[in-house]
Amino acid sequence: MKAFATLLDRLVLTPSRNGKLKLLADYFRDTPDPDRGYGLAALAGGLDLKSVKPAMLRDLVLERMDPVLFQYSYDYVGDLAETIALVWDGGEKDDTTDAEQPRLGEVVTLMNSLGRTEVRSAVRDLLNHLDPSSRFAFLKLVTGSLRIGVSARLAKQALADMSAHPGPDGSDNKRDVTEIETLWHGLAPPYEALFAWLEGKADKPVLATPAIFHSVMLANPVEPGDTDKLDPTDYAAEWKWDGIRVQMSSYGGTRKLYSRSGDDISGAFPDIVEAINFEGVIDGELLVGGTMRSNSPTRTFSDLQQRLNRKTVSAKMTEDYPAFVRSYDLLFDGDADIRARTFLERRERLGEVIEQAPHDRFDLSALVPFSSWEELDRLRIAPPDPVIEGVMIKRKDSPYQAGRMKGPWFKWKRDPYNIDAVMLYAQRGHGKRSSYYSDFTFGVWTETPDGDQLVPVGKAYFGFTDAELEVLDKFVRDNTVERFGPVRAVRAQPDFGFVLEVAFEGIARSTRHKSGVAMRFPRIARLRQDKQPRDADRLSTLMAMVEAKAA
Amino acid sequence: MKPEALLHPTPAGLFCPIGRFHVDPVRPVERALITHGHSDHARAGHGHVLATRQTLDIMRIRYGEDFCGSEQAAGFGEPLDVDGVKVSFHPAGHVLGSAQIAIEKDELRIVVSGDYKRGVDPTCAPFVPVACDVFITEATFGLPVFHHPDPKEEVAKLLTSLKQFPERSHLIGAYALGKAQRVIRLIRDCGYSDPIFIHGALARLCDYYTSQGIELGDIRPATLEKKDPNAFKGAVVVGPPSAFQDRWARRFNEPLIAFASGWMMVRQRAKQGGVELPLVISDHCDWPELLATINEIGPSEVWVTHGREEALVRWCELKGIPARPLHLVGYEDEGD
Repeated sequence: MKAFATLLDRLVLTPSRNGKLKLLADYFRDTPDPDRGYGLAALAGGLDLKSVKPAMLRDLVLERMDPVLFQYSYDYVGDLAETIALVWDGGEKDDTTDAEQPRLGEVVTLMNSLGRTEVRSAVRDLLNHLDPSSRFAFLKLVTGSLRIGVSARLAKQALADMSAHPGPDGSDNKRDVTEIETLWHGLAPPYEALFAWLEGKADKPVLATPAIFHSVMLANPVEPGDTDKLDPTDYAAEWKWDGIRVQMSSYGGTRKLYSRSGDDISGAFPDIVEAINFEGVIDGELLVGGTMRSNSPTRTFSDLQQRLNRKTVSAKMTEDYPAFVRSYDLLFDGDADIRARTFLERRERLGEVIEQAPHDRFDLSALVPFSSWEELDRLRIAPPDPVIEGVMIKRKDSPYQAGRMKGPWFKWKRDPYNIDAVMLYAQRGHGKRSSYYSDFTFGVWTETPDGDQLVPVGKAYFGFTDAELEVLDKFVRDNTVERFGPVRAVRAQPDFGFVLEVAFEGIARSTRHKSGVAMRFPRIARLRQDKQPRDADRLSTLMAMVEAKAA
Repeated sequence: MKPEALLHPTPAGLFCPIGRFHVDPVRPVERALITHGHSDHARAGHGHVLATRQTLDIMRIRYGEDFCGSEQAAGFGEPLDVDGVKVSFHPAGHVLGSAQIAIEKDELRIVVSGDYKRGVDPTCAPFVPVACDVFITEATFGLPVFHHPDPKEEVAKLLTSLKQFPERSHLIGAYALGKAQRVIRLIRDCGYSDPIFIHGALARLCDYYTSQGIELGDIRPATLEKKDPNAFKGAVVVGPPSAFQDRWARRFNEPLIAFASGWMMVRQRAKQGGVELPLVISDHCDWPELLATINEIGPSEVWVTHGREEALVRWCELKGIPARPLHLVGYEDEGD
């Protein structure tokens, strides 16, 4: 438990991705089986552990301490698990040694073997035998609230990193993360066979479970000049829909829906999973609304968001926000791997499969006919549907290859939106940027009874170069008008302030923001020191963008 | 005599009307007894100051030659008489020179502990329990959540991180008096012998500690002529926490911010401060140490000066020990 607790303590406070990867890879390398496998499962969201209700934990702690002192402590700390972890020893010094603390594997095995009436005393006993940091980790695990900013994808990347070990031929033997993703859903905690293979001590595990995830093929953005070298007749085009990329995998009655990174999201989309009547693996876009064949419109990404990041879903939710999959590609037809066939061949077979599938849940992504890149560019800029965010360009003879290769597939997105906004607040960054004001809240003008005022519309913390950051930081330090903890308000008047050109991918109404709009992926495109705040955009302009999108 | 007749709180701090002196006054007074050199306890501008030799030296370093009208050094355990009140200084184990002050008249003894701790600290004399009728304690970490771990385990975390991230400068925030020197000494005692770089604000106090026989090893100023991002690669740098949010910190390569403080016990505190590596190293008592000290001394009354008074007063009530908060203002835990 100690090693896992130490890892959690570090991960929570490590903002950088590389830092997290290093901590994870070291943990996987240095921790023995089966503990590391359970740790991996806990991080990647696959740990099956008997849960404990917060009310029972509160009871347990009040058996041993004055309720008034507990309340003072809880008020100060603000998190139940952390409070209990810290106050458990009361007036005594912690005297547990690392060697006598139960191991993570032991804790998992014990908890899952308990009968209903045994949980209370077993939890009490465990808390007695763990040190404060391990207690915190244990309490977070059994209350199911492990939020530490590590995705399953990041954990798998760390597994790939830890697999590097020098071989006799000088190679580093590092496994590719896509191989791990392909294996992932066929394996179960504590993943001993997986670790043995990663460390070069055993062959690659053979999967018994069907309906696994296969790493997806990704496209590169079209850069200026890219299309000059390409013959349009070699390529097919499709609309790029603004949903999320998914994979449906179905074998022998096991049906799964995976996200692009291989997270199993079947639980949140029973409407789709139950409608799967084919066997094989299909790549597509998850959207909300009606399929082409049902002749009702595709709805926006913000509607889709209502369905995302849920473990389960209510009947009302599936009724109000019906999901469907717009299919792009077929990787397996039944159990036949057709990834090596050409795009057009695969597409033909995909069309046959989709034809037989329920019309309200599945459709086929249409091809966009074009004869020149100029023509496609015009289509891209003015797509026929507001939920289209550009076009995909795929070589007609391309096989399906996992990863992001340059050449076979391109994405050509609609140009981003741009507005001029005024910097209102700045906050210090993390890690490398902890001495810089690098997170900026910006606003636009709106009419109020007291005249024109700036209203915050978003926050951006990237898009600028290091040299530009120096300029921004200096402005913040020289023009602070108020401080709120780590946040500074800066001067922003019609004739004095900092104008930022903000680019973003989409805009929607939002009840959560005071301004009533929310942007997607806002970033700072340019510093507009040539402009005065009075020249910045107005909220009505943003509202018009929302309307235009909905129309 | 009632204890309040011998010593009671006033807006300027604790005052002894019989001996006509204040203890750790927060504004200039005629006669001040000072427990230790942290700026919230030791202020400049008093008429006469009675303190340990080391506390007087530290005040001189921080405030200059004319930090007070006149001064008198008190040795540990040495009985002194101030206008008919018996006064003596005893080690508090907080920082170099820190003392508890025992004040006695007509068989009534009050001990003002100032800030104190019970954990091992090679940079100052260890706390000595002094029997008394009224024990005046601080309560900086007076909540059951505070359990300070063994500081060597905390330094071990730092050394592990240096191995894991050998390219990053490890910046340790530590207050200039006491904590900085203690952290440097702990790092040395854990076997680290590379140069340790310090912020300019620490230089004179580190020199003073060294002159008092506290070995700090190879310390160098964290300054350079030209901006060279590789200069402090993988180095340990100690400075006041405020400096890390300043442009000063930009000379370091991908700095990893550590902070040595008892407050680091609570994760949210660390997170809010942008600290990546919290080191729970405190110069104050944690909750078990506060309780153990009160149990050991066995005073008939406990007064609580500053920090989280309500929880400690509550605990005393549950134990049947009369206790009250003094609600003194102006003490801001500079030392942690």
